[in-house]
Amino acid sequence: MAIDTKLPYEKDYVSSYSERLNEPEWLKSLRFQGLELANTLPMPKPDKTNISKWNFSDFKHEAEGKKIDSLEELPNDIKVLLDLENENKNLIIQRNQSVGYQSLSSSLTEKGVIFTDIFSAIREHSNLVQRYFMKDAVSIDENRLTALHTALMNGGVFVYVPKNVVIEDPLQAIFWQEDLEVASFNHVIVVAEENSSLTYVENYVSNNKTENAVANIVTEVIAHDNAKVSFGAVDNFGAGTTVYVNRRGVAYRDATIDWALGQMNDGNTVSENITHLIGDNSISHAKTVTVGRGDQTQNFTAKIVHFGQNSEGYILQHGVMKDSASSVFNGIGKIEHGATKSNAEQESRVLMLSENARGDANPVLLIDEDDVTAGHAASVGRVDPLQIFYLMSRGISRFEAERLIIHGFLAPVVNEIPIKAVKEQLTEVIEGKVL
Amino acid sequence: MAGSTLEIKDLHVTIEDQEILKGVNLTITGGEFHAVMGPNGTGKSTLASAIMGHPKYEITKGSVLLDGEDVLEMEVDERARAGLFLGMQYPSEISGVTTSDFLRSSINAHREEGDQISLMKFIKEMDAAMDYLEMDKNMAQRYLNAGFSGGEKKRNEILQLMMIKPAIGILDEIDSGLDIDALKVVSKGINKLRNESFGCLIITHYQRLLEYITPDKVHVMMQGRVVKSGGPELAQRLEAEGYEWIKEELGIENEVVGQKA
Repeated sequence: MAIDTKLPYEKDYVSSYSERLNEPEWLKSLRFQGLELANTLPMPKPDKTNISKWNFSDFKHEAEGKKIDSLEELPNDIKVLLDLENENKNLIIQRNQSVGYQSLSSSLTEKGVIFTDIFSAIREHSNLVQRYFMKDAVSIDENRLTALHTALMNGGVFVYVPKNVVIEDPLQAIFWQEDLEVASFNHVIVVAEENSSLTYVENYVSNNKTENAVANIVTEVIAHDNAKVSFGAVDNFGAGTTVYVNRRGVAYRDATIDWALGQMNDGNTVSENITHLIGDNSISHAKTVTVGRGDQTQNFTAKIVHFGQNSEGYILQHGVMKDSASSVFNGIGKIEHGATKSNAEQESRVLMLSENARGDANPVLLIDEDDVTAGHAASVGRVDPLQIFYLMSRGISRFEAERLIIHGFLAPVVNEIPIKAVKEQLTEVIEGKVL
Repeated sequence: MAGSTLEIKDLHVTIEDQEILKGVNLTITGGEFHAVMGPNGTGKSTLASAIMGHPKYEITKGSVLLDGEDVLEMEVDERARAGLFLGMQYPSEISGVTTSDFLRSSINAHREEGDQISLMKFIKEMDAAMDYLEMDKNMAQRYLNAGFSGGEKKRNEILQLMMIKPAIGILDEIDSGLDIDALKVVSKGINKLRNESFGCLIITHYQRLLEYITPDKVHVMMQGRVVKSGGPELAQRLEAEGYEWIKEELGIENEVVGQKA
């Protein structure tokens, strides 16, 4: 195998890194465990995509970022993500690995809501973080990259919403990779206690083109009984970053986890979005939108696993491929034995804009229970010339007609993004990429 | 100016190497309503689509002029902006684009860049036209033709016609699949546009539509040509007697394109 077995960082380094951050013993030993496992575990094996030649070892692990005194001073590509008119009180901007900006409305603080960077959370709420860190959603020993993630975790946020607390305004996290070579080993944990509800939106931004970097991200969302989590994300890593991102949800009884993911990276990407519907009547909508361009290769998995009775999972993946980009869309609905009356639905649509682009839609239903419903739809196609004809016959130019059709194609997901500014920015990113 | 003139001269059209139109001649001037009738498979819809520039059809001979300008040299959108409109038999469904956004883009495409329609004015005009066509207002926010019934799609075509106000409207079997109430509403919309500056080419299979819209001229197509023209009385005779008498008169055995006379 051509896999690079050399690890980029050694135990001495990890040890001193952890000590500098004053980390508790549990985390330090977990990091060591991750490092050891990374030596023995295999790489993840995304279906139909060979990642053995991808760069997962050339990156810089640490870079500090300056404090942000005023949001006005931010560069434009960050500022557009903010709803500056209705000043967002619930905002974290992580600049490289430093907290550049952090704010949480006082009413939420009073209710016991925690919304802070992961290292502060570890210092101030060590037991709480330990309770969820790589426990119920993602495991340290799934593959070399989850192990390496644990060893080198270098950023992220922690969200905790206590029982019965309903948060109306979204919580927003912006991960700004200002340094062109710094890696993101971000760890995001979102915990919604019983009967609580929240909306969380995150943005990843980096501008590296030729500089190599790596993103190895783990996100764990836990929705306890009757909680509701709306999770929105726009990933926009530069062409030089290899991305492995794991977003995983666990929904208990009557809980809902809804995902709206804009996957706009310019580099090679493996993205896994998996939700475990543990409790009866739990629900998940997993909606993703992707634009592939240049010669990037991407592999997307959207998977919902049903354990609880009467659980409902809906997967919707829309992708547009141009240039010689290549993408695989795996949609997996899995119903475990005992999950009676569950419903697993999925739809994957790929729109091809060039002869050289590749798009594969891979729908899979794995059902181990009789009394269930399930369905899938998948298509890979080009822009319908009759649609173009129809729009042009009303005076609309070919360029504008194509733009309308592509936006229309992506709208079902784009419209689900919770923050208006982020939605508009996603629309702009899409525009910049496809036209 | 009293309206535009569309001249179709000796038009020959093929699809996948089969010749469908074999020399159509027709002239429509502003203020006139023309009906093109004929049995199935005689080239009526091909005529409509070819004039607008449907990608499947190839023009092998002849010309189409709008006020002397060569329409066949224009892109589809240029034809529309020059004043042509095609109300389609099977309008496309476009998911994710609302009917209202589409309509506004269409109207603005017909206007100069500094002269775009204001949102208020647009909504007012759209509401009025929708009322006139007895359409559910929610339709404006639904995705363009997506999941519309046959009748809703046809009303939507007429809504566009009323709002874009073209010089020449070509309506391809706008009556097919409509029940009598919908047919009346659609006819009402088309009749409202009747004035000196609007010419209309109504393609229909049935005389039924012409009970509500009186044509100035009626043309019968067979074998890819216009074989007979007349006034409104021609449509009435066709309704009463069918097409057989024309075939006998002209010695046509099979009216369908591709058959020998």
